[in-house]
Amino acid sequence: MRKLLFESMIRVPLTERAPSRSDAAMEELASAVDNAARRHLGRSLSIRAVDAGSCNGCELEMHALSNAFYDIERFGIRFVASPRHADVLMVTGPVTRNMREALERTYNATPGPKWVVALGGCARDGGCFAGSYAVVGGVSAVIPVDLHIPGCPPSPADILKGLLALLEHVTMGTHAS
Amino acid sequence: MQALADLILEGRPVQHHRPWPRTIVDPMVWTSATVALAEGHWTLLGLWGETAAIHMALLEEPTGTIGVISLEELEGGYPSVAQYHPPALRPERAIHDLVGLVSKDLPDPRPWLDHGRWGLRFPLGDRLPPPPETAPYAFLRSEGDSLHQIPVGPVHAGIIEPGHFRFTANGETIVRLEERLGYVHKGIEALMVGASLDRAVQLAGRTSGDSTVTYAYAFSRAVEAALQLEVPSRAGWLRALMAELERLANHLGDIGAICNDAAFPLMHTHCGVLRERALRAADTAFGHRLMRDRIKPGGVIADLDHEGAAALRAVATEIGQTFPALVELYDNTASLQDRTVGTGMLRPELAHQYGAGGYIGRASGRGFDVRRALGYPPYNSLLFEIPVLHEGDVNARVWIRIREVEQCLSLIAQILDQLPAGPVSIDIPDIGETREGMALVEGFRGDVFVWLRVAESGRIDRCHLRDPSWFQWPLLEAAIEDNIVADFPLCNKSFNCSYSGHDL
Ligand code: SF4
Repeated sequence: MRKLLFESMIRVPLTERAPSRSDAAMEELASAVDNAARRHLGRSLSIRAVDAGSCNGCELEMHALSNAFYDIERFGIRFVASPRHADVLMVTGPVTRNMREALERTYNATPGPKWVVALGGCARDGGCFAGSYAVVGGVSAVIPVDLHIPGCPPSPADILKGLLALLEHVTMGTHAS
Repeated sequence: MQALADLILEGRPVQHHRPWPRTIVDPMVWTSATVALAEGHWTLLGLWGETAAIHMALLEEPTGTIGVISLEELEGGYPSVAQYHPPALRPERAIHDLVGLVSKDLPDPRPWLDHGRWGLRFPLGDRLPPPPETAPYAFLRSEGDSLHQIPVGPVHAGIIEPGHFRFTANGETIVRLEERLGYVHKGIEALMVGASLDRAVQLAGRTSGDSTVTYAYAFSRAVEAALQLEVPSRAGWLRALMAELERLANHLGDIGAICNDAAFPLMHTHCGVLRERALRAADTAFGHRLMRDRIKPGGVIADLDHEGAAALRAVATEIGQTFPALVELYDNTASLQDRTVGTGMLRPELAHQYGAGGYIGRASGRGFDVRRALGYPPYNSLLFEIPVLHEGDVNARVWIRIREVEQCLSLIAQILDQLPAGPVSIDIPDIGETREGMALVEGFRGDVFVWLRVAESGRIDRCHLRDPSWFQWPLLEAAIEDNIVADFPLCNKSFNCSYSGHDL
């Protein structure tokens, strides 16, 4: 372990290694999100993930945001464990009938001001599961949505871009409850 | 003891069911199959229903024999398999919820996928309006002094799929865990009915996102079996390449996540980097990080070019160089081993009884792997080992995954070296008659089973998708007993069953 830790000390961090073009864009994007979060919220951004029926593909890419390449925590964007701590609910999947109530209760448990991001094609309108007896539809069929991030699943870069768009276009208080 | 092949001969064969036979049997034969399952001679591969028919897929492991037996023209239910063979319990509960067939003498008739919220009953059978009121779900009772219950979910604390866990604990120690699933039921099998093959393969690939390659692969193989199509050999090799890449990425992510749940984030960080590299290489090679919608009946959607092959080679080499240090780290960190060794023990008897696939079975002495057992191409011309351990704890499941990462790297290199040239897909002919097919494909979590019937029109008439999790989730309940509540996340991650693949 010591060897690995030592190597990490002398090696250039992954996140800052001479980045390829897309990595550079990533860096820029992530700090933009951070600045916007500070401007509008006066602090960092706490996100609560809610899977309302997804295939789990969207979750995989949400997880990837925390790996060393994207490392969103360095910008103060955090995934939190409770809706009570969240500024943003990031909801995935077509909302299934069996999850509808849980989603509503999670939303109601989140203090305002709060924003809802619907992540992925399913969260927009039910995606390829639309019309099923077991599916209500997109997230907006159940709770108000501020932003959709398209993709199946959206890549980590797309998710960051979406968060930026959210912070740019929603100012505090416009969507409180 | 009767051989499975003989039992199948006792029924009336169904025409156009491939590659293994399906026969329509009488209830006596059905029951004798049930008894053979209960005695451990065979393994239950799947159990699914239609409005008036029930089908059971069976495997005789030593001989590699597979077959399906069916009861048809059912009126008033079928003899329960679960009354003798508990692995059939949840499938039978789900069959009732979906098609309305009644299992006679079912030991636990509570609903499973139907939470009383669909606005109808029996979506795959003769649909009925819902009952005016649904009784609250009755959890099993645990009796004893100083027991308390801890309800968890469906919304969990991390970025995890939803499901409900009801713990009964005595102090710190878990006395009973009862799972309640079905929250992410999307009605995929009903959406399949009448779907074109293009749409159906998309749906299959969205059954469980982490196994999108495996599902599209299994679905396509089932269609090809039904229609008796032979895909070009390059397509077969590219499919296997994607499947190994999917396995590699999932194992890397999960090894790290398990260590993270044992409060050792260093492994998580390093494994996360390797996983990300694998996903980026997949994106370069196949145009999608998870390789979704790349496999279709008839072949694959796009060929692999030089740049893609080079990216895959590079990532396999890099992981091959970095991974051993991580293995060493895992092996030499006493505080980590302290959490994983002896935790969440799954007894080999249970793994065999349930036919548990993947690392869960292989860590508890069940070495079944369809890549070997069925040797579908190109696996019949590749060299690989199937690691098996007998300890059955979290540590054993981690080690199986470590060994499988090494095997994946070798398989990826072999496939890239031997990739045959040629076309990567063929057109789907118009058959103009009803056909049935089935397939098993080894995903990272275990064997995914697909059975389907293609109608005369070329559309799907019925498609059943069985995730390996069906036979793994119940085992988590057993493995967690007598562990402390704080070790649940660790045990759960070491199983990593799919919610979406199960609830479907
Ligand atoms: S958008 Fe795609 S990845 Fe996300 S939940 Fe839907 S099917 Fe899965």
